[in-house]
Amino acid sequence: MLVLTRKLNESIQIGDNIEITVLSVQGDQIKLGIKAPKDIEVHRKEIYMSIQESNNEAASILPNILELLKTQPKNLK
Amino acid sequence: MKLTTKYHGVIEIEEKDILRFQNGLPGFLDEKSFVLLPLDSDSPFWILQSTETPELGFVTVNPFDFFETYEFDITENDKQLLELTSEKDVTVWTILNVKDPFEDSTANLQAPIVLNTRNNQAKQIILTDTQYITKQKLIPEKVVK
Repeated sequence: MLVLTRKLNESIQIGDNIEITVLSVQGDQIKLGIKAPKDIEVHRKEIYMSIQESNNEAASILPNILELLKTQPKNLK
Repeated sequence: MKLTTKYHGVIEIEEKDILRFQNGLPGFLDEKSFVLLPLDSDSPFWILQSTETPELGFVTVNPFDFFETYEFDITENDKQLLELTSEKDVTVWTILNVKDPFEDSTANLQAPIVLNTRNNQAKQIILTDTQYITKQKLIPEKVVK
């Protein structure tokens, strides 16, 4: 992993069009500003991981679960 | 065209029914092509079936059937990506984690699937700064008095 030290308001440039700036530092909280092209999605890592994990879990449902769904009342509202 | 599915056996689908996820889904970035198949006539459950991988099928529902007050904003970026021009073209789906017993099943309200029904472009969007979670109980827990 590349390690760079930055001060407040200093930035890191990644490739031609991604820029990450340190906006504030308060104790153990660091606020970052991220400029990136629209097609690059930026997410908090733990949130992205939790979506991945949830999708993986949802994809591993066994076919016999269908029987469970078919026995549910049609109107669950 | 014939499609081998996870839950429906081999079925016949039409090209116009294929939904395009140009970015894939988190955890399944290479899966860009799906169809939505009703589990049963008049069932609230639909299967989001990959057209590339027979064993990949997600159980989904219309979240508004279960969570009447559910709401979120679609970002300008996502509107552009899906070429969304009118709210009328949007439908929303939510992936379920189905459990046995069924009461333990959860819905991923933090990452809804947004579909532009006009061009069949779809995306699982990740809501930021939201109170919605990935494992919302589908059925409210009964309060035991």
